[in-house]
Amino acid sequence: MLKQTAMRQFISEWGPVILLGLLFLCAPLFLSDFRLSLLGKFLTFAIVAIGLDLIWGYGGMLSLGQGLFFGLGAYAIAMHMKLEAGGGGLPDFMVWSGLQELPLFWQPFHSPFFAVAMVMILPATVAAMLGFLVFRSRIQGVYFSIITQALTLLVSVLLVGQQEYTGGTNGITNLSTIFGYSLMAQETQVAIYFVTVMMLALVYLFCYHLTRSRFGRLLVAMRDDEARVRFLGYDPVIIKTVTFAISAAIAGIGGALFVPQVGIISPSSLGVVFSIEMVVWVAVGGRGTLIGAIIGALLVNAGRSAFSEQFPNVWQYFLGAMFIGVVVLFPQGIVGSLRLGVDKLCLINQTPKLEGSVSQPSI
Amino acid sequence: MGGWLLQAFNGLSLGSILLMISLGLAFSFGLMKVINMAHGEFIMLGAYVTYVFQNNFATMLGGLDLGLWFLISIPVAFIVTGLLGILLEISLIRFLYGRPLDTLLATWGVGLVLQQATRSIFGAPNVQVVSPAWLSGGFMILDITLPYKRLFIIAVVLVAIAVIYIHLNYTASGRRLRAVMQNREMASCLGVASRQVDATTFGLGAGLAGVAGCVLTLIGPIGPSIGTHYIVDAFMVVVLGGTGGLVGTVLAAFLIGIANTSLEFATTATLAKVLVFGLIIAFLQWRPSGLVVQTAR
Amino acid sequence: MTLNVISRKIRWFTLLVVMSFLAACGGAAQPTAAPAAEVADGDTIKVGILHSLSGTMSISEVSVRDATLLAIEEINAAGGILGKKLVPVVEDGASDWPTFAEKAGKLLKEDKVAVIFGCWTSASRKAVLPVVEQNNGLLFYPVQYEGLEQSPNIFYTGAEPTQQIIPGVEYLLSQKKTNIYLLGSDYVFPRTANTIIKAQLAAKGATLAGEEYLPLGGTEFSTIISKIQAAKPDAIFSTLNGDSNVAFFKQFKDAGFTPETLPVLSVSVAEEEVRGIGADNIAGHLVAWNYYQTTDTPENKTFVAAYKKAYGEDRVTDDPIEAGYFGVYLWKAMVEKAGKVDVDAVRAAAKSNEISFNAPEGLVKVDGESQHTWKTVRIGKVRADGLIDEVFSSKEPVKPDPFLKGYEWAKDLAAAMGKK
Repeated sequence: MLKQTAMRQFISEWGPVILLGLLFLCAPLFLSDFRLSLLGKFLTFAIVAIGLDLIWGYGGMLSLGQGLFFGLGAYAIAMHMKLEAGGGGLPDFMVWSGLQELPLFWQPFHSPFFAVAMVMILPATVAAMLGFLVFRSRIQGVYFSIITQALTLLVSVLLVGQQEYTGGTNGITNLSTIFGYSLMAQETQVAIYFVTVMMLALVYLFCYHLTRSRFGRLLVAMRDDEARVRFLGYDPVIIKTVTFAISAAIAGIGGALFVPQVGIISPSSLGVVFSIEMVVWVAVGGRGTLIGAIIGALLVNAGRSAFSEQFPNVWQYFLGAMFIGVVVLFPQGIVGSLRLGVDKLCLINQTPKLEGSVSQPSI
Repeated sequence: MGGWLLQAFNGLSLGSILLMISLGLAFSFGLMKVINMAHGEFIMLGAYVTYVFQNNFATMLGGLDLGLWFLISIPVAFIVTGLLGILLEISLIRFLYGRPLDTLLATWGVGLVLQQATRSIFGAPNVQVVSPAWLSGGFMILDITLPYKRLFIIAVVLVAIAVIYIHLNYTASGRRLRAVMQNREMASCLGVASRQVDATTFGLGAGLAGVAGCVLTLIGPIGPSIGTHYIVDAFMVVVLGGTGGLVGTVLAAFLIGIANTSLEFATTATLAKVLVFGLIIAFLQWRPSGLVVQTAR
Repeated sequence: MTLNVISRKIRWFTLLVVMSFLAACGGAAQPTAAPAAEVADGDTIKVGILHSLSGTMSISEVSVRDATLLAIEEINAAGGILGKKLVPVVEDGASDWPTFAEKAGKLLKEDKVAVIFGCWTSASRKAVLPVVEQNNGLLFYPVQYEGLEQSPNIFYTGAEPTQQIIPGVEYLLSQKKTNIYLLGSDYVFPRTANTIIKAQLAAKGATLAGEEYLPLGGTEFSTIISKIQAAKPDAIFSTLNGDSNVAFFKQFKDAGFTPETLPVLSVSVAEEEVRGIGADNIAGHLVAWNYYQTTDTPENKTFVAAYKKAYGEDRVTDDPIEAGYFGVYLWKAMVEKAGKVDVDAVRAAAKSNEISFNAPEGLVKVDGESQHTWKTVRIGKVRADGLIDEVFSSKEPVKPDPFLKGYEWAKDLAAAMGKK
């Protein structure tokens, strides 16, 4: 009997997630190549969205710089792929800009292991450094948002300006292989798709456990009352910096998976506008729900794709309306609103219970 | 000698432009703690108001040569964008007080809608505002030319600051404004209509953005997306200046302006931008709340 | 426990949402998964148009789309190609390069278009390039660019450096302007163009007065103008882009410069941009292109009249607009020679070097080897009414040479750049 209950609980807890995973895994069977690559791209966005949800939904820190970390991860892998494509020669844009030899900081990217490591280390380090400085001086709330936005703008200006090292506005293009596999082959694309699904699952599980761990509780506590957490002897600077770095690393993973599927990374993909659009994915799906971030990223991007195929001009209005609407009418997002609805139903049907939800951000 | 003088002037001029674009923001952000991400779009609207005004009323007001219309278009831009600001406050911002991050998102959405609306109405390409003839040319001193337009912008900023200062300190409505911003409950108890004050304060901020848009037509482009060029700069000024009032904003604008032009002269435009940002972050380590902090009451 | 109930319900709902989303994806995919030969089936041929209709680049690209659509309408009115009507499929690149790649993929794989007309920035072209190569599609690219590129799946109908930048510098030198200041926006085209120009200046015994770049979209020129004043150049060669041009010419004029004291030759300012800058701010300065609205050919008169009739009397035509227009006709000529729309057949037809068209700018020919276009070089001077007068012309179309093989001084440069 006890065993049966546990079983049922497990199924109710994880069944949908597992089925969702299965569905993504089976997608190649019934989606055309093009739609599959589109879905794959959206799934990389979903990964970024989970990271943003972690820091914003649970940590209350609205980072407008996730695009930057997405881009850093993407550049790390693209640099390796570019060297691969160059086959020992200099990348084409360096030649055009008159460089004679490979700059020192490009050298280690010959190694695939280094590149893959950098996908997470690079964004995490930048985030940790900025985070430590910012949080240490107790800059928070909108100030944090504005500073992350300014940093994003600045890095994209820098990437555009340092053409000989970064490929400028064109970014890093003409990528042909990844770890020796041709990007043109459909099998490679399907393989990358599966890797993306797997990473999405891993990132989700990681964040799921993180938010339910002691650390996660601290994070939420700090979001709701930082001073009290501080008085209890914890150091909010460390908590915040670590969370920021984790979310940056997650964004980096998303970026790294984005590149082989799209075949290009350019400063426009780590711009201010893209970064703030990520926020809308999470807001639409529902902050502080993790699963909402995935749904939001998929829905908004699918909507954008469908809409801009039909009415390119309307999309901007729609996006604007979504920003306003989700804040004014559905601050909890799709999943959050649903949860509230279910909550109310439960209140009618069942005896009063403890509200232990961790998913209602106060900001 | 002349070179240095010119660079000093350039610094002042850039400072005045930065101050122009961030004055309105200092109002809504500094006083009301409202993050208005559509601020850049209000600047853009100010420019378009000037454009429409030029095309429809310029000939009535002495033609393009006399350029009297330009002086009149400044208050017109102020009023039109100000009214739009009040409308935005009443219809949206009002419901979001105390939720700064949500305000940020919602106003960003408003910005997107305004941009696309402008694009639908006026078309995507840049439009042209003809500068009045009396502002062309420059003031010769030593061997350098100080453009009249830049001098004019400095003058407009000075006038704007003087007006704001007088308004805040010597008028009844200014006193009400300060009262509400300092202690809303107390002010309400004493009979100040705080809702109304909120709306006008936000409207003032938007109106100042409109003035910025109007005078920036003198030296910059006029297109649906120009707001995005200005918004981050404006926020950096306000963040550096702190929320302690006008003094901080003025200081911050001129500091950034001078730092930016000197660094650009010594290095390149791209590098100067990066260095200035680095300096701001470093400064915030030392004084997290900016240059001038509101003293606690 | 209740919490679990809630979260269970949410999860199931999530599943539902995502399933329906996937179903929508699959559903959308179904009808288009028709036979591959659809391209030329029936009485129509699908052609793709891929430009930014939203975002910053829409400023320029919307007009090119209009010109391409005009050409398609004209061709349809005259009976189509091989007796089949063209059906344009328009997509929005949204000024975002990955979106360009995505939409190019959609056009080729889902809509199965025979050809894509589109892109403006080099970045968007470079994003689309691997997609058209992978799917063996065809892209007609209508804008002048920095050269040094050649893809079997792209036809370039705009100028490469030897058809615009190099003659532009030569013109300045021929006017005894030998101390040149290079000013550009900070991105790929200006940097590459200036690398070429510096080699050219050195070879011709001219001097470089200075070189400055402004971040894209930058509008503050006071310091750069100070630097220009200190450098005392004879002329400025400007590769500034977009909004920066407006700010530059306004501020340049106010600093007391005139076209007589210090002429500026721009390669990214055409009639469309002059309107935003304000003709009074730029009148008298130079530009280098292959076509102006005033270009005196009978074809151009017809073209300008048709364009204005279709899109409004206040619209102007310029070089990229014209290139977007005649690109469709060049493709038509190739298809008619090949007898089918198949990409390999079309490319083979172009290899013959016999594809040409009497475009508004004069005769344009496709160079089969480089897949670039023979174009007439024209230097122009901006008039007070915003149109541009030709002050120099190469008379004959110039052979495209995207890797600068024909220039002795560019040998090292070309060797380094060409090896890739």
